[in-house]
Amino acid sequence: MRIRSDWARNTDLSKRFFLFSLAAAFVFVLLLSRLWYLQTINSERYDRLSEKNRTRYLPVASPRGPVFDRHGRLLVDSRPAFNISVMRQDVEEPEELLDWLSLYLEEDRQLLEERWKAGRRFPVYRPVTLAADVERSTLERVMENSFELAGILPVVHPIRHYPYGDMGAHVIGTLGEVGEEELRSGDYRSGEYQGKSGIEKVFEEYLRGQDGVRRVEVDARGKELRQWEVEPPKPGNKLFLSLDAPLQKVAQEAFGREAGSAVVMDVRTGELLAVVNSPSFDPALFARGIRSEEWKALLEDPMKPLQNRAFRGQYPPGSTFKPVVMLAALAEGAASSATTVDCQGSFEIGGRVFRCWKKGGHGLTNLKKALRESCDVWFYEVGLRLGIDGISEMAKQLGLGQETGIAIGGESSGLVPSRSWKKERFGAPWYKGETLNASIGQGFLLTTPLQLAVMTAAIANGGTVLKPYLVSRVEDWEGNLLFEQQPSVLRKTKLNPAQVETVHRAMTAVVNEPGGSGWRSRLSDVLVAGKTGTAQVVRLKEDDGDEADYESIPYRFRDHALFIAFAPADKPEIALAVIVEHGGGGGRTAAPIAGEILKGYFARREQGEAKKTPPAQGREGGNP
Amino acid sequence: MIDRRLLTNFDWILLLMVVLISGIGIVNLYSATYSWTFPGPPIYVKQLAWLGMGLVLALLVSCFDYRHLEYKGFWLYGLNILLLIFVLVGGKTSMGATRWISLGFFNLQPSEVMKIVIIITLARYFSLRAHADGFFLRELLVPALLIGLPAVLIMKQPDLGTALMVIFIAAGMLLLAGLRRNTFIVLALGGLGAAVGGWRLLRPYQKQRILTFLDPEKDPLGSGYHIIQSKIAVGSGGFWGEGYMSGPQSQLSFLPERHTDFAFSVFAEEWGFAGSTVLLLLYLFLIIWGLYIARRAADSFGMFLALGVAAMMFWHIVVNLSMVIGLMPVVGVPLPLFSYGGTSMVTTMIGTGLLLNVSMRRFVF
Repeated sequence: MRIRSDWARNTDLSKRFFLFSLAAAFVFVLLLSRLWYLQTINSERYDRLSEKNRTRYLPVASPRGPVFDRHGRLLVDSRPAFNISVMRQDVEEPEELLDWLSLYLEEDRQLLEERWKAGRRFPVYRPVTLAADVERSTLERVMENSFELAGILPVVHPIRHYPYGDMGAHVIGTLGEVGEEELRSGDYRSGEYQGKSGIEKVFEEYLRGQDGVRRVEVDARGKELRQWEVEPPKPGNKLFLSLDAPLQKVAQEAFGREAGSAVVMDVRTGELLAVVNSPSFDPALFARGIRSEEWKALLEDPMKPLQNRAFRGQYPPGSTFKPVVMLAALAEGAASSATTVDCQGSFEIGGRVFRCWKKGGHGLTNLKKALRESCDVWFYEVGLRLGIDGISEMAKQLGLGQETGIAIGGESSGLVPSRSWKKERFGAPWYKGETLNASIGQGFLLTTPLQLAVMTAAIANGGTVLKPYLVSRVEDWEGNLLFEQQPSVLRKTKLNPAQVETVHRAMTAVVNEPGGSGWRSRLSDVLVAGKTGTAQVVRLKEDDGDEADYESIPYRFRDHALFIAFAPADKPEIALAVIVEHGGGGGRTAAPIAGEILKGYFARREQGEAKKTPPAQGREGGNP
Repeated sequence: MIDRRLLTNFDWILLLMVVLISGIGIVNLYSATYSWTFPGPPIYVKQLAWLGMGLVLALLVSCFDYRHLEYKGFWLYGLNILLLIFVLVGGKTSMGATRWISLGFFNLQPSEVMKIVIIITLARYFSLRAHADGFFLRELLVPALLIGLPAVLIMKQPDLGTALMVIFIAAGMLLLAGLRRNTFIVLALGGLGAAVGGWRLLRPYQKQRILTFLDPEKDPLGSGYHIIQSKIAVGSGGFWGEGYMSGPQSQLSFLPERHTDFAFSVFAEEWGFAGSTVLLLLYLFLIIWGLYIARRAADSFGMFLALGVAAMMFWHIVVNLSMVIGLMPVVGVPLPLFSYGGTSMVTTMIGTGLLLNVSMRRFVF
């Protein structure tokens, strides 16, 4: 037996093998203890982790709240939009897929590829939108053939819808994809749209809906396998505006192709019935995500369609400021209804000549004629007696030179100069010549169309400066009132009713008497009071109000045309301000627009529409 | 070649154990890869084919008298070392490691062969040199070289898992040969020192694995993912398991490498503590049966040979299970007979063949 070596014979092999077996068994007991620890003691915890692994909570986008006009007409709504998206994890042949989609979507291949690449920074299970808001027929065409290529996914989500198109776009505002900051706050999910301007922005918390949640089971790649439960989304609240949609439409259309703005306000409440910014833009472009070339086109348009002229545009008021000067002069005793000035076409002070717009002069001019025919010399004379501080005091009393507090779309404050202002701003004393400029609404004076409307309303209602507002109330879907704007008074200016009456009569004469500069806004059945204005953009060689040859001046150098009005003159209901940029004379281009608006308002009042209080509830509203 | 006596002494129990565990493994692979839609034959069919080939191989290995190996042991060793050197010079690189020699129809992995060859080599060496007093330290110089040379070459590939396996297998055989008490203490301390010093020699990805093991939550989506997902799978299985083909971690693909290194996690999730215990007891029985074969071997070469194979199986099982239940860093060692893979199956089956060989010749002197 060669096998049994010295080692084998003299070693206690039984003991050694017993120890080996014991050691092996011991190690297995250790393994089993560990399994016991994982599978019984901690099994619930791992159960939860396992469930968490395969459970995902996916948001269901909610529609934003609808916006109605004062009569419950639907101005802004949400509708379902179809996106063609792709699941990157399921796409096998990206190049082929893009070729194919380009063909079926009739969309630029390059553009699709850019969007595909942009989606690569997100997880593979996140759908990448290649075409937003496609036609239903396109969707059907794509989906019918999509079995040829894996990974194509139709996504339905709510998108803003504007039945009235570009109407009131600036005040209603735009939407845009949620910004980095809001994303970081955690209140929004990426890719969500939020209000970026106008009412959409200011009333975001009311209009924004509440997303629903879907609890789904996913596999390790995030692919959805089944849905466990759904909590449906809650749409945003209903928002009612003070705007009157048909009147807004009339006002907007009255501008035609002109650039400018009109603000129509109820002189008793401060409600804005129409706010025109012309030209306007299509807010739907923003709702679906504006493309860079569209955005560029809007920015580069010389007519500046994105500008909210009504609230932010600052213009010299020109002669529309004269009723303010007149009121101030009457109040301070610098003039009376009998004050007469002999206008010879110019006024000289300190060796400088200030011209009246009418070269030949108006001759003997009393208070009424001075406003009716907008005699500059009368206002030079009276303004000088009154002094700049008397003028600016009244202007401020009537709401100029300060924000009205509309709080929508960012408001400009305008400018009402005074001695102290000039000292502070330029460190220079006030000159009398500057008082003359202020007397006819030129010089440093700047106003917004909204301020002019507020001012006109205050003149019309005898001195009450009302806070203008657009959003009357917000309701939830059960009809509970969440927000309500009551008429509020910014300032009650003490004015002598007789003096107010004097100015009203003079403004009535502007529209209704022969020689009145605002005759183009005259209505057959309602007495309108108004005032024209022409604001110089540049000082031409000769001061001239010659309306005939303004066509020969380059557009951007032409004067702005202004008109303010209220009606009915004896019992005012509405006030308005109209500005036509580079429109030339106020009487010529702004007054007819004002006339159209007034006509629209009173025609609708005849039918009992415009005054009617808004219905308490309901999406449906009668159409005119 | 096969006489009657051998046939009557054939170790049916060992064969039965191996087939039983492999069968459970294939049933488990069917579930683990059920959601796969890759073209070609399914994984469980391929594994079945490997099993068939493996069994044939095991029977072939058991046919000739293992004592022929005793004299060829050093030749095999030398050839294998040459192959390992060749791998480093002209091997096939895949996934950052150079482990294979391309032979056209299949890829030879010399480091895997080394596991068997080191068993044969050391069995030869120890059966010649072991003595009742136990080894002195200086007597370990040759075995240390025999083990160290392939271990270093394999480490170079780099393949830490296999290199450690070679060392562990050798350690098991050394313990059977016997050490003096002082030698044992010095080796234990030396091993500890080597572990500390070895840390500096590790490649960044190897260090990363160990760091990840110590704190998997630090990088839950990166390198810690395997351990975390495996622990979730095993733990959520509970006592009775989620049921066959119903483990969410496995079926929804959260468990990575679930057909290879993490096949046991699938089993543990679906069959729970109850099923895992049964499987572990089967493995333990296999190991102890291997020790039993060694104990009954007709000569000391056969004894060392059988013990080496038992040690190889033991370490693979223990390292793999420790890894998937979070007791050890991820080192990429498959579970014998259970993980999918031809290489592992072939190595295990050659080992099984050696066991059968020694077992059936226990009365042949």
